[in-house]
Amino acid sequence: MRWLLLKDLRILRRSPGLVALLILYPVVLSVLIGFALSAGPDKPKVAFVSLVQPGNDKLQLGDETLDLSSYQGQLFDAIDRVPVDCNGKTALQCRQAAIDTVESGEAMAALVVPEDFAARLGGLQSLALSGPPTIEVFYNADDPVKAAFVEDTLEAQLRDANLALTTKFTEIGLSYLSRIVDGGKIEVPLSDDIELLGLRRSEELVRRVRSQVPPAQRAELDEVIRFSRLGRRNLDFSGPLLRAVSEPIRVEQVALDGGDTSLSSFAVALAVAVSLMFITLLLAAGSLALEREENAFARLVRGLVSRTGLLVEKAGLAAICSLVICLAMLAGLGLFVDLDWARAPLWVAALAVSALAFGALGVAVGAVTREVRAASLLCVMISLPLAFLALVPSGSVAPAVDDVARAISAVFPFRPTLDALDAALNGGGSLAVPLAHLAALALAFGALARLALRRFA
Amino acid sequence: MGTATKQALVADGIAKRFGAREALRGVSLSADRGELVAIIGPNGAGKTTLLSILAGIQRPDAGSVNREPREVGWVPQQAALYGKLTVAENLRLFARLEQVEQPDAAVAEMLELTGLGERADDLAAELSGGNRQRINIAIGLLGRQDVLLLDEPSAALDPRQRGRVWEFVLGLAARGTAVVYSTHDLQEAARHADRVVVLADGEALFEGSPAALGEVVERDGGSHSDFEEAFVAFLRHRGH
Repeated sequence: MRWLLLKDLRILRRSPGLVALLILYPVVLSVLIGFALSAGPDKPKVAFVSLVQPGNDKLQLGDETLDLSSYQGQLFDAIDRVPVDCNGKTALQCRQAAIDTVESGEAMAALVVPEDFAARLGGLQSLALSGPPTIEVFYNADDPVKAAFVEDTLEAQLRDANLALTTKFTEIGLSYLSRIVDGGKIEVPLSDDIELLGLRRSEELVRRVRSQVPPAQRAELDEVIRFSRLGRRNLDFSGPLLRAVSEPIRVEQVALDGGDTSLSSFAVALAVAVSLMFITLLLAAGSLALEREENAFARLVRGLVSRTGLLVEKAGLAAICSLVICLAMLAGLGLFVDLDWARAPLWVAALAVSALAFGALGVAVGAVTREVRAASLLCVMISLPLAFLALVPSGSVAPAVDDVARAISAVFPFRPTLDALDAALNGGGSLAVPLAHLAALALAFGALARLALRRFA
Repeated sequence: MGTATKQALVADGIAKRFGAREALRGVSLSADRGELVAIIGPNGAGKTTLLSILAGIQRPDAGSVNREPREVGWVPQQAALYGKLTVAENLRLFARLEQVEQPDAAVAEMLELTGLGERADDLAAELSGGNRQRINIAIGLLGRQDVLLLDEPSAALDPRQRGRVWEFVLGLAARGTAVVYSTHDLQEAARHADRVVVLADGEALFEGSPAALGEVVERDGGSHSDFEEAFVAFLRHRGH
């Protein structure tokens, strides 16, 4: 078997094109999948135009002045801002320039803050019926995916801005209530400050006066004292109530299953699993089918090598090659993603057992197809759906489809390989269970390959 | 020398069935040391199946062969070589798999025997069909077995290449190797075989020298001018 292994390695060395394709194709494919999953979309390109005149971006809330421009920072962190040249343009022209950036494809969306933004926001604290300010958002809906992405991003940012303003309004309202209860100073623009007595001190004052008035008149003072006490107590409840209004629901997220694997770490496991699958399957299936195409199979199994030995050699060859490539790939990915190198022995264990399972599947494919081209085609046809099936999140499809997807994933090595790699790389769940699963699959596919060899020659 | 020691290969009552089709029906065959035995017959007669069973590639449903697979050299119809290996590497690989004690010496011997010493470092894929077949035969000889089975050894070769192959095989027989080969080329059977076995529909209809086949045809009232005509007349007389 050693000589056969060396022979296959020599043949591989003399097939640089095949080896390059065998390595580059899955690596490029898996890296693309990995990036698609981990990086997520870039920040959307958004043209931002504020028509608010300089100096009008301050909002006076009672005795407090809010600088509204400070709320733009959070928005700008979430978008890739496309500049709009408004120099020498009217507000209308500037608004149109922002829309033009969307129509030309330069920006995915345009966000226009109206001139009266601060005035309308300030009007909310008065009885003015102007209504809240309206920010205009224009986006290109040609691509539904992009449109949804832009919509989600901007909605999330505006929701955060609304929440921040609500919290601020609440704080200011609460400070007014506090002064009504406890007294204090209120600053009035362009006028003298107003000193408020407050309910608490009013009650104390009336109590002191009460002993000095005739008993017949005390009942009326008692009414005032009672009003002050009740008012103060009830206003004490207003604080918690208003704070609850600003953020009535809080969310606490707890992951019950699958550990705390980050998306980028999972993408590494996925990229390596896809590469391992492609390399091992193609190599195992192709090298076995090649023995038949070279007419060497019949000569070999006439006592030179047993059929089982030949299968072990092909699966082993593929497993060793893919193990080496995938370890090199992990080392390369480790430069970009934070990997725990102390877990390296677990990586090797996960990769080795997974590679053997894929090797067994590969020789089964090679034994059934009996031709290199047919074997390669079948490997690709098996690999892609397996990868997609294994990535279907449970609960995202109808229960029956979910059950079928899980059942199919369970009888092929991709899903357990992904689980094993996730456990080995990221500590996401048990490693022993997927390894046992993979070992069982390796035996099952090995037996299938041995059966198929009966009609191989 | 008695028959028991002279006979290098004995197959007795070989039967093989593929589903409902009987490929071989109780075929017996023997070959003495240094003897050339040709298996001839129309397409589908069972020639390749018989050779595969003699070589141990397939198991018979009934009957026996007196040699283990590793005790006979086997040369398949199509060259069983690795195109990405050189001539010497192919020979060395199979010498090692055959557990030959001195593989390099065996390779050198086979290169000399095939006359391909100068092509030792050429890839097998770059060889002509005739040269590939010579290497194919040489690989079959690496185990130094005294029985060599060849399945249509000269098929798809031009006359010059065919001549080289036969020169090589006849040399082996002259050194005592029992050679059993199948062929569609009746002139080749008549020219080189000591005995021919005529197979038709999985049945051995005749076993004897090429001249004896002509005599059988004449006894049956037929006429022939050469071996090919005798063969055709023989089969026709027996309903094939």
